[in-house]
Amino acid sequence: MMKHFSSNLSVLFSLRTVPVLTLMVFLLPVLAGLLSTILPAFGYLPVIGQVSFSTTAWTELFAHPALPSALFASVSSGIIATFLSLILSLSFVAAWQGTNSFKKVRQLLAPILAIPHSALAIGLAFLIAPSGWITRSISPWATGWDRPPDVAIIHDEWGLSLILGLMIKETPYLLLMILAALDQSQAKQRLKLAKTLGYHPVAAWIKSVLPVIYKQIRLPIYAVLAFSLSVVDIALILGPTTPPTLSVLVLRWFNDPDLSYRTIAAAGALLQLLVVIGIIFIWWITEKIIAGLSKTWLTNGTRSLAETPVRILSKVSLNSIYTLFFGSLLVILLWSFTRRWRYPDFLPSVWSSQSWDRNIHNLMWSSSSTLTIGLISSFIAVILVVACLENEKRRGKSAGAGALWLVYFPLMIPQVSFLFGVQVLTIKAGIDASWLAMIWCHLLFVLPYVFLSLTDPYRQQDDRYIKVALSMGVSPTRAFWRIRLPMLLRPLLFALAIGFAVSVAQYLPTLFVGGGRFSTLTTEAVNLSASGNRRIIAVYALLQALLPLLCFATALALPNVIFRNRRALKGH
Amino acid sequence: MVMNNRTFQQNSTSSAPSSLHLQDLKLSLRGEQLFTQLSLSVRPGEIVTLMGPSGCGKSSLLAAISGTLEKDFSLEGQVLLDEFNLTNLPPEERHIGMLFQEDLLFPHMSVNENLGFGIPAHVKGKKERTALISQALNDAGLSEFGSRDPATLSGGQRARIAVLRTLLSQPRALLLDEPFSKLDAELRARFRDFVFRHAQANNLPTLLVTHDPDDAQSTGGKIIQMSDF
Repeated sequence: MMKHFSSNLSVLFSLRTVPVLTLMVFLLPVLAGLLSTILPAFGYLPVIGQVSFSTTAWTELFAHPALPSALFASVSSGIIATFLSLILSLSFVAAWQGTNSFKKVRQLLAPILAIPHSALAIGLAFLIAPSGWITRSISPWATGWDRPPDVAIIHDEWGLSLILGLMIKETPYLLLMILAALDQSQAKQRLKLAKTLGYHPVAAWIKSVLPVIYKQIRLPIYAVLAFSLSVVDIALILGPTTPPTLSVLVLRWFNDPDLSYRTIAAAGALLQLLVVIGIIFIWWITEKIIAGLSKTWLTNGTRSLAETPVRILSKVSLNSIYTLFFGSLLVILLWSFTRRWRYPDFLPSVWSSQSWDRNIHNLMWSSSSTLTIGLISSFIAVILVVACLENEKRRGKSAGAGALWLVYFPLMIPQVSFLFGVQVLTIKAGIDASWLAMIWCHLLFVLPYVFLSLTDPYRQQDDRYIKVALSMGVSPTRAFWRIRLPMLLRPLLFALAIGFAVSVAQYLPTLFVGGGRFSTLTTEAVNLSASGNRRIIAVYALLQALLPLLCFATALALPNVIFRNRRALKGH
Repeated sequence: MVMNNRTFQQNSTSSAPSSLHLQDLKLSLRGEQLFTQLSLSVRPGEIVTLMGPSGCGKSSLLAAISGTLEKDFSLEGQVLLDEFNLTNLPPEERHIGMLFQEDLLFPHMSVNENLGFGIPAHVKGKKERTALISQALNDAGLSEFGSRDPATLSGGQRARIAVLRTLLSQPRALLLDEPFSKLDAELRARFRDFVFRHAQANNLPTLLVTHDPDDAQSTGGKIIQMSDF
């Protein structure tokens, strides 16, 4: 009896069941969360005594005066930010692939991606606000502004600063995705060939490489699009306020003390989902149209494509983005050690660590919950992903393209559309505001990124090392621990760092599932961002940026220490 | 490169030398037949060469014998060591040593650690295990390389260490998957001699797969064309 039971258990936890288990871990909550958002949107929310189905919520939603401009702000900023980021990253790669400036840009991608977007948005606000560092650096001597000019740069009604904030984060991400696609598609040879046929760099790249790699970067683009259309934290910090973007409006309704707003919020969350689906669909149609229209252009023989303008524009724009990025980090650092920094001064006049000292208790508490949630969720994610990939290796079959869609699925569903449902479910299950719910909820977003970062190195590892070990009489388990994992130490640690960075950046999951009991550096920083107290905001934003950076630095340095006498495994 | 003519010999007490028998092997890949009715015996210390163009299933045959065939192949027939049927055993229970084109030394381990990884667990005691490692390195004229990082050695040195690693795992047969093809001509002849000498001294039935007639000639043994099956 006991034996039977334990063999059942071992089947349950065997390698074969891990892929299904993993899918359930992150797809079920998303689907269940969506469903629990759909029901209230149609009037079913027993908590507030509504159990009959109706479309009242929708009528109220569409009658809401703020809706049209909120919708417009979301759609326009989302599309423009994605479009510009894509054009910029594509044209930069097209014009500069293989050059030294290209290498430099590539090296800086990891640290940029490590920084949580809300920290970046906060830094950007400190930089470009009317009283920000940029104005200070040129006032009053160049501008004559003795006091900050009275224009709304942050929270501007056109969403321009929101678009800029999104671009700083998304251009590097798309660059990274393009680079990964290039490595897999013999792009170098294609490019060389096109150049021997007399094509200039930009034309050669657009005509011979882009059509091949586009299908590999399609899903990342959709993920970026979905993110931009529905982002909450950046929109809270930089986006328009009266009215805000749709996702922020929905969040407000969810948080409204008047519980009857919950059903309108649910309907709004669903509308947000429909917007994302609709825009992705339109984008997809546009892709088809452009592909169709460009068919003759591809083979018409023109061998240059605005070469010089593209080269100059892409480099200037990308440099600006990098400068804004590093300026944002620097200005956060300055503010966090500022006691007194009056308006037109270029630097603080009195420095101090009082912002740190006075908040030390709360900083420690939010840092430790950030660390705990981030490390545990990314560690679980790495274990699950390794088990899935090892199962693939042993069964000799790798998951198809369909699996990739599943992985991207939670990244394309707006967080605000299903997290309310997840919240309802955790309350029902009695695990709301628990560590379990927090870590699980972060895992939903950590898993896809860990999977994406670990898949290629894992699949590409030369299996003959394992075969050699087996042929020497070593068991598969021992070969896995002694050969497979140590040889993959570098990508494993890197995946862990990525997972951690993703977890640190989460705002909405902590807010919805934490039930107010959990505060991470990110929730504190975003919630404080409206306060206007730059010194305190800066302290949280800086720590928020530092933790993932430290994690990445460790992930890069540790293998170099461990393998200091192993040339083949040392970093380049 | 100095290569002396001493030979590392495993004074294996575990088992008497046995012959490798392939009986009526039939291999197909997703329904497409690669070869059929392949039967062949290799005596202890004998080296048999299999020749054929690429894609004829040479490497797959070796994978079938060592038990590391990919899942989309299907195999019929039997692989035996004397009377002992290996066909349904996992690779780690077959004790069939493999050498590939690349040395495949584990990059995260020193030379000593690579060799130690190969020694079976039934060789107990740190002392005895280290003694075995130094004896192997000594006999191969590589004694000063024990603590080195494999990546800092020459191709020829790495290749010889890969051979020692396989021998230390006390295999009962040896499969060579074009292990000489990446080496330059001069080194190639000497390394070939090194491998064959060790295979014979350790009484291992050895199967060599190659498309180089030179390799085949140098064994002085049977040469079989894969196209005959």
